[in-house]
Amino acid sequence: MSEKTPVNWEALEAKPEFRALLAQKKAFILPAFIFCMLYYIALPVLVGYFPEMMKQKVWGEVNVAYVFALSQFIMAWVLAFLYVRVAAKWDKSAAAVIHGHD
Amino acid sequence: MNTPLIMFLAFVGLTLLITFWAAKKNTGASAYFAAGRSITGWQNGLAVAGDYMSAASFLGISGMIYVAGYDGFMYSVGFLVAYITVLLIVAEPLRNAGKYTMADLLAYRLKPRPVRALASLSTLVVSTFYMIAQMVGAGAIIKQLIGIPFEPAVIGVGLLMLVYVVFGGMLATTWVQIIKALLLMVGAIMLSYLVLKFHHFSFTEFFNAVAHADYGGSAAPKNLMEPGLKFGVAVAGPWGPIDLISLCLGLVLGTAGLPHILVRFYTVPDAKTARSSVVWAMAIIGLFYIMTTLFGFGAATIIEKAQLTTDGKLDVNMVAPILAKVLGGEFFFAFISAVAFATILAVVAGLTMSASASFAHDFYSNVLHHGKENRPGQEIRVARITAFCVGAASIGFAIYLGPTVNAAFLVGLAFSVAASANLPVIVLSVFWKRFNTTGAVAGLATGLVVSIVLILLSPSGIYGKEGAPFPLSNPGIVSIPIGFLAAWLGTLLSARDPEAEAKFAELKVRAHTGLGSEKATSH
Repeated sequence: MSEKTPVNWEALEAKPEFRALLAQKKAFILPAFIFCMLYYIALPVLVGYFPEMMKQKVWGEVNVAYVFALSQFIMAWVLAFLYVRVAAKWDKSAAAVIHGHD
Repeated sequence: MNTPLIMFLAFVGLTLLITFWAAKKNTGASAYFAAGRSITGWQNGLAVAGDYMSAASFLGISGMIYVAGYDGFMYSVGFLVAYITVLLIVAEPLRNAGKYTMADLLAYRLKPRPVRALASLSTLVVSTFYMIAQMVGAGAIIKQLIGIPFEPAVIGVGLLMLVYVVFGGMLATTWVQIIKALLLMVGAIMLSYLVLKFHHFSFTEFFNAVAHADYGGSAAPKNLMEPGLKFGVAVAGPWGPIDLISLCLGLVLGTAGLPHILVRFYTVPDAKTARSSVVWAMAIIGLFYIMTTLFGFGAATIIEKAQLTTDGKLDVNMVAPILAKVLGGEFFFAFISAVAFATILAVVAGLTMSASASFAHDFYSNVLHHGKENRPGQEIRVARITAFCVGAASIGFAIYLGPTVNAAFLVGLAFSVAASANLPVIVLSVFWKRFNTTGAVAGLATGLVVSIVLILLSPSGIYGKEGAPFPLSNPGIVSIPIGFLAAWLGTLLSARDPEAEAKFAELKVRAHTGLGSEKATSH
């Protein structure tokens, strides 16, 4: 488990493969997180400031507000699924970066 | 009245057995603090879910939806979406770069002593508020269910919890959480089924009834599907909508800063398992919170308010158990009560675990003794003593505050503190090269102080509803930006830290690849 020679972290960090990995991660995580936050905060904002619109019924007594709240669950699950899928690729890239050091 | 008692004792006996089994397997700090890092993805997912679905979730949200309808459901939504923050930002870097506690990550490249001291303080504060809420809930429930007075009920719960933690450590509390989470899901599914059955398995009928909720015929119909019954302008004044946004901010960002949740990610072998455990937790928790629709809203169509009232006061924490009684008879009532009790016990155990681990590992070993263990096993001994003291203190506080203090208020405080003090520092430490010790200290201290002060000055605080200088019950919208700002400014206005910046490369590589992370111990 212990490394035989000390790890040269700066060299690893400077590797183009590592930098590429970080760029890929950022390209997914940043927009995904921002989207999630905006979609989620839209809920209290709309419910608080546009209550009449949100109270409109879409199916029987089920209104826009309730449907939008339920959609938050779907949004979170979908995002999680997409993340796990793309993260599996990152695992492979990360393993390639540290190959020979672990 | 004997059936609940018998069921309690059966469940308690089972978990005590598990505790003693785990105690035999406990050797070494990795086993005590991190369950040997041998917990699998789905097991940890269940344990995280168990830790998370506390008394405030099951009992509190049912009650909130019962009274305030849609606005209560907002808690359910926030509690689930919060896991995206955990999944995308925090879980894997934490597992890769830390050892036992959140402060391990923070102290990675910053000066350990001030950072660990403050992180330990923050962990203790968050855990204590959360714990007192659970203890108060436990005391009130057991008092109602079994008939013993509040104080002995609280003491009894506290002692049981101490046995779990002191003898079993993380492995035992993990398995208690897993079993409890399974029981909670079974209970929730059964309750939901019975509610639907009451409405002849017709969603149309169900939602119609909710839109004309008359509390079992005892009150004028109220449309609980509509937002605004708690945070709407008509009810809460112009600050209502902002209070709701503030609450939502605290919820969605707070989970990623809750020490007792974060510490669960150290119990799995690697970051990839940490990731899958979050996803498992999201599936379970999401399903659970969607079901709160059924038994929360549903309860308002079935249970009369009189059935929940004792001594003229409406005890909203009892909505779920009473619903079980009305729909499923004494046996189901006993089962749900046992699950509620187990819920509280397990969460309290988890909280004590993370708080005592933080004190022993962060403060005692690293701050006071510079990372050296004087004798082997000393860190564990300190953790066990801390667990005892923390348990005793929370029992004392719970008794002092009494059964009428609002448990949801205390839990909300915990989330706000976590989001304001812990999250900014975690995020900046992993993602900002320039971040230094002064920034971390400023962020932790400011976030902690501002959120607590604002809560004390809020309508739920010391001045009461009328005289409160701060108009929001939830401080998040103010305290979270201030926490980030303090961490950012503290860094920019102080001297650069070349050591911290030099170590950033190492932290980055570790956090994103897992090289050099703490491996599982075999046992």
